[in-house]
Amino acid sequence: MQRNPRDLQRYTASERANHWAVGICFILLALSGLAFFHPAFFPLTQLFGGGPWTRILHPYIGLLMSAGFVMMFLRFWRLNVIEARDKEWLKNVRKMVDGNDHDMPEQGKYNGGQKVLFWGLVICMALLLISGVLMWRAWFNLPVTLVRLASVLHAVAAVGMIGLIILHVYAAIWTRGTIRAMLYGTVTRAWAKQHHRGWYREQTGDNR
Amino acid sequence: MAGLAPTFGRGAMTNHWVDIKNADVILIMGGNAAEAHPCGFKWVTEAKAHNKAHFMVVDPRFNRSASVADFYAPIRSGSDIAFLGGIINYLLTNDKIHHEYVKAYTDFTFIVREDFKFDEGIFSGYNPEKRTYDKGSWDYELGADGFVKTDPTLKHPRCVYQLMKQHYARYTPEMVERVCGTPRTKFLHVAEQFASTAVPGRAATIMYALGWTQHSTGAQMLRTGAMVQLLCGNIGVAGGGMNALRGHSNIQGLTDLGLLSGSLPGYLTLPGQAEQDYAKYIEVRAQKPLRANQMSYWQNYGKFHVSLMKAWYGPAATKENNWAFNYLPKLDKQYDMLQVFELMHQGKVNGYIAQGFNPIASLSNKDRVRDGLSKLKFLVVMDPLATETAEFWKNHGEYNDVDTAQIQTEVFRLPTTCFAEEDGAVVSSSRVLQWHWKAAQPPGEARTDIHIMSSLHQRMKTLYAKDGGKFPDPIQNLWWPYAKAEEPSPEEVAKEYNGRALVDLIDPKDKATVLRKAGEQVSGFGELRDDGTTISGCWIYAGAWTTAGNQMARRDNSDPTGIGNTLNWAWAWPANRRVLYNRASCDPSGKPFNPKRKLVAWNPAANGGAGGWGGADVPDFGGTLAPETGAGPFIMNPEGVARFFARKGLNEGPFPEHYEPFDTPLGYNPLNPKNPKATSNPAARVFPEIWKTFGEAKDYPHVGTTYRLTEHFHYWTKHAVLNAITQPEQFVEIGEALAKEVGVKTGERIRVSSKRGHIVAVALVTKRIKPMQVDGKPLHHVGIPIHWGFTGVTKKGYLANTLTPFVGDGNTNTPEFKTFLVKVEKA
Amino acid sequence: MSSLQSLDIRRRSATTTPSPSIREAHSGEVAKLIDVSKCIGCKACQTACMEWNDLREEVGSNHGVYDNPMDLTEHSWTVMRFTEYENTATGNLEWLIRKDGCMHCADPGCLKACPSPGAIVQYANGIVDFQEEHCIGCGYCVTGCPFDVPRISTKDKKAYKCTLCSDRVAVGQEPACVKTCPTGAIMFGTKDAMKDQAAERIEDLKSRGFEKAGLYDPLGVGGTHVMYVLHHADQPSLYAGLPNEPKISPMVSLWKGVAKPLAMFALGAAALGGLFHFITKGPNEVSKELEDEMEREDQKAKEA
Ligand SMILES: Nc1nc2c(c(=O)[nH]1)N[C@H]1C(S)=C(S)[C@@H](COP(=O)(O)OP(=O)(O)OC[C@H]3O[C@@H](n4cnc5c(=O)[nH]c(N)nc54)[C@H](O)[C@@H]3O)O[C@H]1N2
Ligand SMILES: Nc1nc2c(c(=O)[nH]1)N[C@H]1C(S)=C(S)[C@@H](COP(=O)(O)OP(=O)(O)OC[C@H]3O[C@@H](n4cnc5c(=O)[nH]c(N)nc54)[C@H](O)[C@@H]3O)O[C@H]1N2
Ligand code: HEM
Ligand code: HEM
Ligand code: SF4
Ligand code: SF4
Ligand code: SF4
Ligand code: SF4
Ligand code: SF4
Ligand SMILES: [Mo]
Repeated sequence: MQRNPRDLQRYTASERANHWAVGICFILLALSGLAFFHPAFFPLTQLFGGGPWTRILHPYIGLLMSAGFVMMFLRFWRLNVIEARDKEWLKNVRKMVDGNDHDMPEQGKYNGGQKVLFWGLVICMALLLISGVLMWRAWFNLPVTLVRLASVLHAVAAVGMIGLIILHVYAAIWTRGTIRAMLYGTVTRAWAKQHHRGWYREQTGDNR
Repeated sequence: MAGLAPTFGRGAMTNHWVDIKNADVILIMGGNAAEAHPCGFKWVTEAKAHNKAHFMVVDPRFNRSASVADFYAPIRSGSDIAFLGGIINYLLTNDKIHHEYVKAYTDFTFIVREDFKFDEGIFSGYNPEKRTYDKGSWDYELGADGFVKTDPTLKHPRCVYQLMKQHYARYTPEMVERVCGTPRTKFLHVAEQFASTAVPGRAATIMYALGWTQHSTGAQMLRTGAMVQLLCGNIGVAGGGMNALRGHSNIQGLTDLGLLSGSLPGYLTLPGQAEQDYAKYIEVRAQKPLRANQMSYWQNYGKFHVSLMKAWYGPAATKENNWAFNYLPKLDKQYDMLQVFELMHQGKVNGYIAQGFNPIASLSNKDRVRDGLSKLKFLVVMDPLATETAEFWKNHGEYNDVDTAQIQTEVFRLPTTCFAEEDGAVVSSSRVLQWHWKAAQPPGEARTDIHIMSSLHQRMKTLYAKDGGKFPDPIQNLWWPYAKAEEPSPEEVAKEYNGRALVDLIDPKDKATVLRKAGEQVSGFGELRDDGTTISGCWIYAGAWTTAGNQMARRDNSDPTGIGNTLNWAWAWPANRRVLYNRASCDPSGKPFNPKRKLVAWNPAANGGAGGWGGADVPDFGGTLAPETGAGPFIMNPEGVARFFARKGLNEGPFPEHYEPFDTPLGYNPLNPKNPKATSNPAARVFPEIWKTFGEAKDYPHVGTTYRLTEHFHYWTKHAVLNAITQPEQFVEIGEALAKEVGVKTGERIRVSSKRGHIVAVALVTKRIKPMQVDGKPLHHVGIPIHWGFTGVTKKGYLANTLTPFVGDGNTNTPEFKTFLVKVEKA
Repeated sequence: MSSLQSLDIRRRSATTTPSPSIREAHSGEVAKLIDVSKCIGCKACQTACMEWNDLREEVGSNHGVYDNPMDLTEHSWTVMRFTEYENTATGNLEWLIRKDGCMHCADPGCLKACPSPGAIVQYANGIVDFQEEHCIGCGYCVTGCPFDVPRISTKDKKAYKCTLCSDRVAVGQEPACVKTCPTGAIMFGTKDAMKDQAAERIEDLKSRGFEKAGLYDPLGVGGTHVMYVLHHADQPSLYAGLPNEPKISPMVSLWKGVAKPLAMFALGAAALGGLFHFITKGPNEVSKELEDEMEREDQKAKEA
């Protein structure tokens, strides 16, 4: 769907599908994982058909998500290579938080924050996958010390990831006009020019 | 147990299970009570925990009993006489003996006939062709009064003490080490511990079973143990004794009731072929005292025998027909298992009933047994399970590789109940008859043994009535006064073995008094008579079901003295006595040797000043027989005392001598190396064909021994899934050194072969079997648990008895399951 | 194992509020004392356990040892472990036989790790019991246990272990294994009484030359309700790897300890932080300036 023919295409349909598949998996994983994480959340298991079902499903969803994430990683990693201007952006991140992104340094398709987040997600995902598999008793029965280590790691990585995604989601909500990028695939030129001027110029050739 | 009767007068365990807690020193040798008698073994733990007992195990293997022992010593299988003879020598040379006891209560002072000799391993009277002894010279010297000559000074060169000292002088600690492979210091430790009990205040107990009995010299082995115990004064006292641990539930009952081929109930015996004369038959058995004032209780033989015959034949047993003496078979030879299966092998047996018995699994030389079974016309198996014997004709692959088409034996299986499916009594090792009640309905078509046997009997009666027969009387006249002829009740049978009066029994001293009314149960064997007025199916059980009811069903376990006798718990034969020969726990004047563990004592004030015996046990003695009479505590022996010199009681001689097993790893007897006749038991029966089935050390260099595991009961718990879970698959235990020699690791398979066959099993490599030095040569033991076979729910296995030799003890003919030669190879 | 217990609960897994705990074990906590020096390895206890609890292992095979079944499983809540030990100090061979199974820790790692409310409970009398109907089969109890005890069934994916026969104890009976033990190697009573028993036994063992005899009641897990009398209390690991100093693994403590509330707090803070950031700073909108500029350009483009 195209609201404005001059809107800029930010994500293709397949990129969006990929992202949301991962996103849904994440939500299911977070809900189910949190159910094990703390008694306060145990009732969340009801969403999955009870405790045993939650326990059964979670790792499979995790595998699915990992697969999706790998695809996403292949699509996006080049765009997330951190450059000098990203470092500059990161130095000024305070201003950004304060809501003044007007005088932030110019950014490419993704800003320094997004890139750091991206790599953070990559690390968490890798940790989750590895540790999750190690602690998967339905299939493996590994030495208990290894499982213990994995359990700690999995919990840490999960918390880390949930934290990052909270940030990610908040950023998407906070930065008006972003969510549609992942919903319709397009952003307004204004959005692009304000938040990702480098990318805007690349896309439009408008070098003012 | 054949070594005990010639020593003490009775063959049973002298003490009882609970009494073991009173011991100061415990030796388990020739048994593995923790494994085979775990519940009884509790009393060993009790003695340790509450009596500071020192607990020792002497066994070829470090076994489960040893795992909780204070001390363990290894011994070469089959060499126990050398070890125990060594202890006798140690006690005598160091004068560590209970002087007062041995002088008063044994034949120490008795003088032996002049023509008694011992030379190079052979006693006087040997006939090498027949391999038997003329036992004439094996006796005491009698005086003109018919009583034994004695020398209280013990100086007479032919007194038992001197002869024994001389006989065992050769059994030095060095010799023990050479013959048994037991390190000298370890042997000495055991000897010292026994020596420590040769005083009034301490007692040692010996617990043994098959590690002693299943040898060609088995009876003599346990007799040697009994001699050690006598020297220390440990017989008849609390915490002492020769504790023969019986096997099967109710195997004690089996022997008590005379199911062995030569016996009648109550240890009465069948006449031999030469004993056609009834009066002589009784006279020989009703032994007159050999010394003044002795009870010589077998004098009453006639009363017990007549009461038995009246119980069996009722009105058909009369004084005129010598109480049906001619109905009894007169034995031409012993019909022990080996004999029967030898005859079967020769094709001389038509039919066989295996009732609660699995001979192809439990008898030695399995292939030979199977060949025997194949020659039968019919085989009846009465058993709750499908045993190997019932399936001997079926091919079970490598485990029973037979050609079914070649076997013509017709096999009948009659399913029986198990003990839990019927009422009845079981006799424990402790001689305690405990009544039990049916707990479950038998499944399917199962019937009780009584039902099956009685039905068979009824049908035979009918057939004899219809068709006649050569000698129908013993069957036709069998008295059958039961409410249901096809199925007498256990109560009826129990009341019958207790016995009752057939007419009013009048007091011989006072004709006006009726001691027992007609039809009433007798209260004990003292009431039995030899005039046909009483019946008792098993005299030693008289007292089990009296007018007061079923004494076996009593369940009062109170123990007022704390000594463990619980006289109101069930009922023990004889006469509810718990510790046999307990008179010997007192000094000759009737005062307890150990006042802290008092069993009985003479109380001069009892019975209104007449005096009497009493205490924590029922006196195994005349209740009012005063100490002054000099009557000895071993009331079944005509001497009144226990015998170091067994006289004619055993077939290979009055003093135990070490002989090698028939499958000997040495090939000579280290004690008598120059006399090949004395290598193995010179008096053991060996069937002609069997000689060639013995192995030699050059082909089969290792010593095999077979034994039990706690997890299984013989060949039948492998049909029970719980037992199968805890011990699922056949294994053989070998030491680490042997494993290295044959290149096998634990868990791998080995092939164990003997001259008679081979088995294949998992190797269990263990530190618990160590190589030993025997007469300077290295020797390995191979431990073979017996429990597997080709039926059941465990993994299939070979019958261990594929390996064992077809030869038995010189007296009992119990097969030599415990020592034989094998070879171990990687499979 | 017993779901509708009449015993009182001290702790439940994955429960942050107090469990119903007014009724207490006033007569004392219970304990099972296993006197290794009396045990003959007869496996009667194993069998009794299978019988009482209706458990049947598959008939296995022999692996060249006496141990059978080889390990604890969902069907074998207790197994005997046999160790042959050459004592170099005395020159004696010792056959150490230990009954393995749940130790019923005062501070149970399994309960600590379990994520499912009430799948593991600790009764007032000290027994730690699994309530399989609440078990989700995650295996965290296995991860949490310092003694490698719980086993997840391959059949129903639930965790199983010795219940200390809580169902028998609740009605005043001793555990099945205790009842059956022929040598009296297993005893049962209040923990205090068992300690007294042990003291007697240890004195006896010391008098028999086992100077290091002692009680195994490891403090690292707060003590246990299954205790051993050991001849070599200084070397528990001789007994088929009984942990010398068991305690809940620091990793498990970390995983299941303070980290949880902290992480919860952090995540909550992040979410709330976002909200408050939003309402304090307002949305990060595209500036009016730029929007107008783009609108103009759109216009231009349309006209063009
Ligand atoms: N669990 C279980 N219990 C049983 C039975 C069973 O099948 N299973 N069977 C019952 C029956 S019928 C019986 S008769 C009893 C038998 O009870 P035991 O006689 O105690 O049993 P075994 O295991 O045959 O042998 C005992 C020990 O003798 C040792 N031994 C072998 N040769 C010698 C030797 O030459 N000298 C010495 N000193 N020791 C030797 C063996 O190593 C073994 O440890 O057990 C009864 N109890
Ligand atoms: N190599 C070797 N061989 C040995 C031994 C050894 O140590 N080594 N030990 C020997 C000894 S001591 C013994 S006692 C024998 C044991 O040998 P067996 O007595 O032949 O062996 P079990 O397997 O006990 O057989 C008893 C049978 O009785 C059945 N049964 C149980 N209850 C009843 C009942 O109420 N009625 C009937 N009719 N049947 C019943 C059982 O199912 C079982 O099949 O083995 C002997 N063989
Ligand atoms: C990548 C693939 C993943 C796999 C294979 C996986 C696997 C597992 C497994 C096996 C468990 C143990 C519980 C169970 O058996 O279900 C678990 C727990 C958990 N998982 Fe995952 N997981 C994965 C991804 C994630 C992700 C992405 C999250 C992030 C939200 C996550 C969060 C959790 C949490 C919070 C727990 C509970 C841990 C605790 O109680 O401390 N998992 N996971
Ligand atoms: C669940 C709610 C989520 C929402 C609302 C959301 C929203 C968005 C939006 C709006 C964008 C576009 C941002 C931009 O183009 O600048 C985006 C990008 C992205 N999202 Fe999400 N997302 C969610 C979950 C996830 C999850 C679970 C992951 C992965 C673990 C993820 C990974 C990404 C990645 C990798 C990008 C591309 C940006 C980059 O490469 O740095 N998102 N998301
Ligand atoms: S027969 Fe049963 S009760 Fe008797 S010692 Fe053996 S296991 Fe114990
Ligand atoms: S029942 Fe007792 S003696 Fe037997 S193995 Fe168990 S703890 Fe040991
Ligand atoms: S031993 Fe393991 S399973 Fe048993 S209570 Fe302790 S932590 Fe839990
Ligand atoms: S497997 Fe263990 S930790 Fe998981 S729910 Fe069941 S009892 Fe609790
Ligand atoms: S206490 Fe009960 S559940 Fe535990 S091992 Fe003993 S019998 Fe089994
Ligand atoms: Mo036996």
